[in-house]
Amino acid sequence: MTEESWVLPNIKTALIFLISIICFALAAGQEPDDSIPTTQDTLNTPPPNVTPVMPKKVTAKDNPNDEGGAIVITWHISVDDHEGGKVTGYKIYRGTGPDQKFTEIGTVTSGTGTFVDHGVNDGEKYVYKVAAFNSFKENGRTVWEVSSESNITAPVVSSAQWFDWRRINVLVGVIFVCTAIFLYIQRAKSGKELYIRKIAGLESVDEAVGRATEMGRKIFFIPGINDMDNVQTIAGITILGRVAQIAAEYETWIEVPVSKSLVMITAKEIVKEAYSKAGRPDNYNDDQVHYLTDDQFGYAAAIDGMFVREKPAAVFYMGAFFAESLIMAETGNSVGAIQIAGTAMPSQLPFFVAACDYTLIGEELFAASAYLSREPRLLGSLKGQDIGKAAILIAILLGVLLETFGIFELSNLFKVID
Amino acid sequence: MRREIPLIITAFVGIVFIIQYFIPHYPFNRLNGWFSDWFSIIGACAIWLGALNLMKISADRVYRKKRDWFYSVVIIVSFLMITIIGFAGGPDFRDYGTGFDWLYRLVYTPLSATMFALLAFFVASASYRAFRARNLEATLLLVAAFIIMIGRVPVGDAIGKVLHLPESIMPSQIAGWIMGYVNAAGQRAIMIGIALGIVSTSLRVILGIERAHLGGD
Amino acid sequence: MNKKELVAVIIIVALSLIFYFGIKQPIVFSSTVSYIITALIGLVLLYIFIRTVGGKIFGRRTVFLFVGIAVVLPFFMTIKQPIKSSPEVKSLYDAVLALKPDSKVLVSFDYDPPSAPELQPMAESFFMLCFERDLKLIIMGLWPQGPQQAEMALQRAFLEPDIAAKNLKYGVDYVNLGFQTGNEFVIQRMGSSFKSMFQTDYYGTPYDDIPLIRNVTNFSNIDFVFNLSAGYPGTVEWVQVAVDRYGVKLGAGNTAVQAPQMYPYLRAGQLVGLLGGLNGAAEFEKATNIIGKGTKFMVSQSFAHVIVIAFIIIGNAAYFLGEKRREENKPNQTGMNNQPGAN
Repeated sequence: MTEESWVLPNIKTALIFLISIICFALAAGQEPDDSIPTTQDTLNTPPPNVTPVMPKKVTAKDNPNDEGGAIVITWHISVDDHEGGKVTGYKIYRGTGPDQKFTEIGTVTSGTGTFVDHGVNDGEKYVYKVAAFNSFKENGRTVWEVSSESNITAPVVSSAQWFDWRRINVLVGVIFVCTAIFLYIQRAKSGKELYIRKIAGLESVDEAVGRATEMGRKIFFIPGINDMDNVQTIAGITILGRVAQIAAEYETWIEVPVSKSLVMITAKEIVKEAYSKAGRPDNYNDDQVHYLTDDQFGYAAAIDGMFVREKPAAVFYMGAFFAESLIMAETGNSVGAIQIAGTAMPSQLPFFVAACDYTLIGEELFAASAYLSREPRLLGSLKGQDIGKAAILIAILLGVLLETFGIFELSNLFKVID
Repeated sequence: MRREIPLIITAFVGIVFIIQYFIPHYPFNRLNGWFSDWFSIIGACAIWLGALNLMKISADRVYRKKRDWFYSVVIIVSFLMITIIGFAGGPDFRDYGTGFDWLYRLVYTPLSATMFALLAFFVASASYRAFRARNLEATLLLVAAFIIMIGRVPVGDAIGKVLHLPESIMPSQIAGWIMGYVNAAGQRAIMIGIALGIVSTSLRVILGIERAHLGGD
Repeated sequence: MNKKELVAVIIIVALSLIFYFGIKQPIVFSSTVSYIITALIGLVLLYIFIRTVGGKIFGRRTVFLFVGIAVVLPFFMTIKQPIKSSPEVKSLYDAVLALKPDSKVLVSFDYDPPSAPELQPMAESFFMLCFERDLKLIIMGLWPQGPQQAEMALQRAFLEPDIAAKNLKYGVDYVNLGFQTGNEFVIQRMGSSFKSMFQTDYYGTPYDDIPLIRNVTNFSNIDFVFNLSAGYPGTVEWVQVAVDRYGVKLGAGNTAVQAPQMYPYLRAGQLVGLLGGLNGAAEFEKATNIIGKGTKFMVSQSFAHVIVIAFIIIGNAAYFLGEKRREENKPNQTGMNNQPGAN
């Protein structure tokens, strides 16, 4: 019979004891950790009953009416999402499959039930889940955070659309107005007389040029400070052609100081052509159209200086203007010039009305070319434009009436469709 | 063909841009941005044409000693000064403390602000001259301007308190009503008319009916 | 340059030198003196009115002189005036108050130095309000000088002790993305990707290296947009693109000239609030209780408005009296000039 050894059990115990001592010593010797961790794993333990209920009915679908690369995720907000509730916000996670790794792609504040993910590739499948989270922050650091995740959505693929259905009402409006314009152009071509009311400013163009001729002074034509990409500048330049032709016939010097180089190039062509049409191509001087500066107030200062020194008899302002409009118009008034202005900038119209003798308001500027030339096709387009305006007037009257009685369907037609 | 080619290009580009507004699919959604970038590039290159034209005319005035030729000297000297200082500053020419920055902050900015400030004087003189009660419309304009001017500054309500006006007809309340309803209605009407005018003019240009901007009929 | 112009330049330079070198302390009149000066100006206007009634016509230069006095003198005066916030200013203030801490606010600076007197006070008080409410600011500009104006407004905001104590960090609490060319197309592209328009910030730091915006993809990550605008591109483009297409909540500050144009958008709900001109800036300072340049400069504006109204009255008096004299000088209807055969 052999005796049981007392060493082995003691060595095992001693080893366990020694290891425990070493672990305890290591833990005791560590510096206390003052920094508050920011990752979920190292946050403080949250208090009880702070986890919000997960959001429900999470759906993901291709973002409609876009260029692709976007998926819209919607959900019903958590029942704990209310004033004083447990929801700080929602985190949205994306994965390529239910069993794949999910990445957090965005965070929204509480009360929000939608998120658009713009970081997807067309044709690839994605799945989403939304987590309602509750967090506590102190001194800008997150102390604790808890969340509850929703179910995973069905796979969804993003794609680009070929038609933006939100703009269907704009398309209908454009087709209506363009059709009206086309029809009246055709009608005008057939020789039918079209009535156009008198526009005082345009009736007095001849008078203004005549006055300049009698006084032996210059005419100034200011085509605005925008570039050729602005429709008002095109309208102004068109009027320049007519005014330059009249000035050429009267042999009166017309000066066109411009603010943009491309406008200078176009205006030179137009004035030269106008002189040719008036039968006086030799009277054209290339320096009549000249560039000043792109800078708004530098331009105004230069124009003012020219007005004060050269004292023109007639000044035309036709185009897009901003704050410099009154500076130029008042100076023109102070030197005694007859001033005719036309602009589609609503903020500058009052200044021109106060300082100029005649003002073309808004669409009258765009009608000027048709008015001065009396060309049937141009007059026809004005008529078509008027039909569009009549339709809008009727819609406004009907809309006001219907809305007064609580019927909003008509006005909703004119809103951006979601 | 000198005018036909620009007309064809105008028509094609115009129609494409109308269509692109309704098509979000690539490349239609990018066309606006690309063309806008190209226009900026062309405009920036074209600025040299304008600058050279300005220098040519100014130099000609100085050479021929035309009336007020001194101002042309100022133009030439200013232009050359800022161009040379700007180029001499290298890629960081806009940094704080450079010559260009000094000229911008201490010369150009005060000059711009001064020109803008002239508006205050010109508004006053234009009002003094234009706001006369010649007829009914002018009187309405005058009364509205009066109410807005007095209602938009604290002095208006101070006067209202002196006159013991009820809160609902204080100058600021009436001015607010005019701005929010009467003015808003007028602005809307003008904006709608302008928008239709732009549609009509653009259509005329696209279809080639309006050709004056190309250099005549 | 003629003699008059030369004399004017010499006087201006001399006055500037005197003010710059000669006067060490700021000149400030007491309240009593300020009201006396105001009364004196009123008496002079009354004198002008009486002379106008008497037949003398005062020209533009008199108007210019008085407007100059009305704008400059209040800088030296001590006059306080009560300022009340209008509904459109109050609704903007309430919209900002409704934002939760850490909400992201995009601020677009679409103006340049000439418009700064009206818009800079708005920018400063808006920044101070946002920092006090712990909102995160993302700054950008569609005008080239916009971001520089933003930097100046930030520096002013950081002078406030409450805000300085917060030790706000660039890139964490606020960021300046700088200027981008392209007008409304910038806004359009930002609808899908901010990064496509701003690859780096104002200082050249890559977009993804900035903690505040690395997770900001587009407008859906923005809680509020505030636009300061002096023209094109500006508030109209932000409404047409950002509000109508992407549904952002937009507030705006505009110059006084532009503000009337924004009322249709305000009434339609496309703008949540509007600050119009220096008056709007002063009202916003009143609402936020942050008194700044807007309130100080309003005294000049009040003076100028009263001067303009006074001259309109004087002008109308001159007009009506002129009409009356013309009527009196007209030939008698029953007199010789009206006999048959006479012309």
